[in-house]
Amino acid sequence: MTELFAERYPEQARLVRAALLTSFVALGVGALFGLLQALHRTDVLRIVESPTYYTVLTGHGVFLVVTFTIYFLVGLYQWAVTDSLDRGPVNPRITWVWYGLMTVGTVLTAITILAGFLDDPPEVLGSELSADVLFTFYAPLQGNPLFYVGLAVFVVGTWIAGADWFRTWWAWKGDNPGERIPLPTFMVLTTMIMWYLSSIGVAVAILAFLLPWSLGIVDSVNPSLTRTLFWYFGHAFVYFWLLPAYMLWYIVLPKLSGGRLFSDPLARVVFILFVVLSTPTGIHHQYLDPGIAEGFKFIVMTNTMFLLLPSLLTAFTVVASMEHGARQRGGEGTFGWLRTLPWRDPAFTGMALAGLVFAFGGFTGIVNAGMNINYLVHNSVWIPGHIHTQVGTAVALTFMAGGYWLVPQLTGNRLVGRQAALFQVVLWFVGIVFMTNSMYRAGLDGVPRRSAEPQYAFDYDISLGSMAELDAQLALGGVLLFISTILFLGIMALTWRNDGTEPVVDGRIPPALSGPEDAPRVIDDLRVWTALAVVLIVLAYTLPLVAVASRGGLFGPDITPLPVAVDYWLPVLADLVGASIG
Amino acid sequence: MNIHAYERLWVAGSMVLIVGFIATITYGAVGLGITMVDDGEEPLAPDEIDEDERFGEPRVEEVGDDEYEVYVVSATFFFQPDPIEIPAESEVTFYVTSRDVIHSFTVVGTNTNTMVIPGEVSAMTVEFDEPGEYGIVCNEYCGAGHHDMEGELIVLDPEEFEERQEENDDDVDAIEVFDHRTATAGNGELP
Repeated sequence: MTELFAERYPEQARLVRAALLTSFVALGVGALFGLLQALHRTDVLRIVESPTYYTVLTGHGVFLVVTFTIYFLVGLYQWAVTDSLDRGPVNPRITWVWYGLMTVGTVLTAITILAGFLDDPPEVLGSELSADVLFTFYAPLQGNPLFYVGLAVFVVGTWIAGADWFRTWWAWKGDNPGERIPLPTFMVLTTMIMWYLSSIGVAVAILAFLLPWSLGIVDSVNPSLTRTLFWYFGHAFVYFWLLPAYMLWYIVLPKLSGGRLFSDPLARVVFILFVVLSTPTGIHHQYLDPGIAEGFKFIVMTNTMFLLLPSLLTAFTVVASMEHGARQRGGEGTFGWLRTLPWRDPAFTGMALAGLVFAFGGFTGIVNAGMNINYLVHNSVWIPGHIHTQVGTAVALTFMAGGYWLVPQLTGNRLVGRQAALFQVVLWFVGIVFMTNSMYRAGLDGVPRRSAEPQYAFDYDISLGSMAELDAQLALGGVLLFISTILFLGIMALTWRNDGTEPVVDGRIPPALSGPEDAPRVIDDLRVWTALAVVLIVLAYTLPLVAVASRGGLFGPDITPLPVAVDYWLPVLADLVGASIG
Repeated sequence: MNIHAYERLWVAGSMVLIVGFIATITYGAVGLGITMVDDGEEPLAPDEIDEDERFGEPRVEEVGDDEYEVYVVSATFFFQPDPIEIPAESEVTFYVTSRDVIHSFTVVGTNTNTMVIPGEVSAMTVEFDEPGEYGIVCNEYCGAGHHDMEGELIVLDPEEFEERQEENDDDVDAIEVFDHRTATAGNGELP
């Protein structure tokens, strides 16, 4: 089966290309916003006014962790299902329906965010067209109703995508009775079960509370409740970014190393653990929230620590697979085999460096998860340090590396600039080391995240180095990451246009050393794991949700909305300044 | 299920590590007594703040021998009272609530840190061993002036604190500053 994916499934390849294109456009815009922030925070260059920084920050968050990641996910998963089941969807029109819905939602939300740059945004649906509410949109900060509508439509699109993949699998099962679910499809289906279970939280927050409130149908909301519903969804959401990267590490990385996956059963166990444990951990984002009992916080702390297990298992399997590949290529010695790995292949090197950064970032996550240690780092710039090593590198760099492997198969074109691509992934690694080194260290000394001007009246007590040095590293890291992104997008664009060439990649995935026959059949019984996940969610969330709702009331103690618009705040700021001078 | 011997060893090691982490945190909670901000305080609606006996007049209050309570109101984009003066070597409990959106009350460089959610009251008991000056910031995005939201915590030598207290009792101006700010915020600019 040497034929290219683009030739075997032209219609599917078209959809995957469309999804990746949208993903990469979002990456470009998000990266530009990231550069603006890195330079603004450190006071190297301030192009926008500080209040507009938060428009940039909202765009950076939404375009990167919603648009870039999820469009890449749906593209990759469409490829994985089609390739591993060796068939297209039952009804290709549905596939375009979900892609269309996701895109309509993205455009609506993007318009409301970008309108924040206007001096005088128009009135739409009864309120100003803007949504400087960050990607967490905590009430009582309020965005334009279209912001919430866009998010809801987008999420519905992803739900239909999941249903589409389930339908394809059911059709395949009918044709192949008694066969094990191929591993890539197993990963897709388990990821989507996790997504269905968790995104209910954000859907309820938006449809039952925030949207009616932004339209003026209800007067107020309970900010603790919508926040708790957001985080019911929010932690599984980070695994929604991560699991496609895991798929690439399990499916593609062993092959690139020159070997094959070490253990198929363990890979399945890992994905099941994510289905079961991702959601009943969300309250760990609320360790410092009032109104939630310490006992609930303790329960999610233990759940969160157990979430280390699938990642530690992954570290073992992925490294073991790489070692197997290296030994197939003639590698010897305890560590000598590392030298025989294909370090000149940008797809391999990108994924390997991403994995390395992920291992480090994972341990910083344990710091966050330790509920009483969390006091020290909560909402300090340590947290975006963690985010940028995890979704910003483990995921983003793996996606880019995966792009170097996948896009030639989707376009039928040869990758342009292999050397440049290798430089690009290494540049990303260097950039992220500078930037997150600064963020982690500054965070430990109490420098806050999310601040346009973290230069306050007091001086930080910097335990190692100086604030100027930390700022320089942050700005330098941001610049390197931006250059790396532009290079990646350039290579992708040239490859896309590189018609009339033959790709050199081979899309065949070799079977695992220990195959699915080594796993008991119950592993493939998705109903069992879904039921277990539901039980854990009910146990972890029923009491906290009831408590939060009953403390503040379902619709809150008459809390008035605060539309966040620059114009609106200027008089307040002026008064405050006046008050402090007078 | 067929699991490689090395893999079994790795899983066992991983479980030991995980249980070890949980034990560490449990020790912090039980052994060191670091409690979490929790649901111990009654909810307080933002429009009831002005009539509330604790938050109606944000202040530092002596409640016992070497025991103080600080009632802090956060609002876009300031904290009241500001600065906050407390003595070292005393047990100080901060109670913080919000007049409008979600803020945080974060004493920079320490683990005195809590989210401040409208409708809720956060309580934290801390003790500062040494006199010193600390910045207080809001580290939860709260609107266009988020980065302007800061305050000051002055930890005084206990004796110096006593003297300051006596001076302040005669000083009406300090209270007027608060009233002025409250009036500004309540003058229809904030909904």
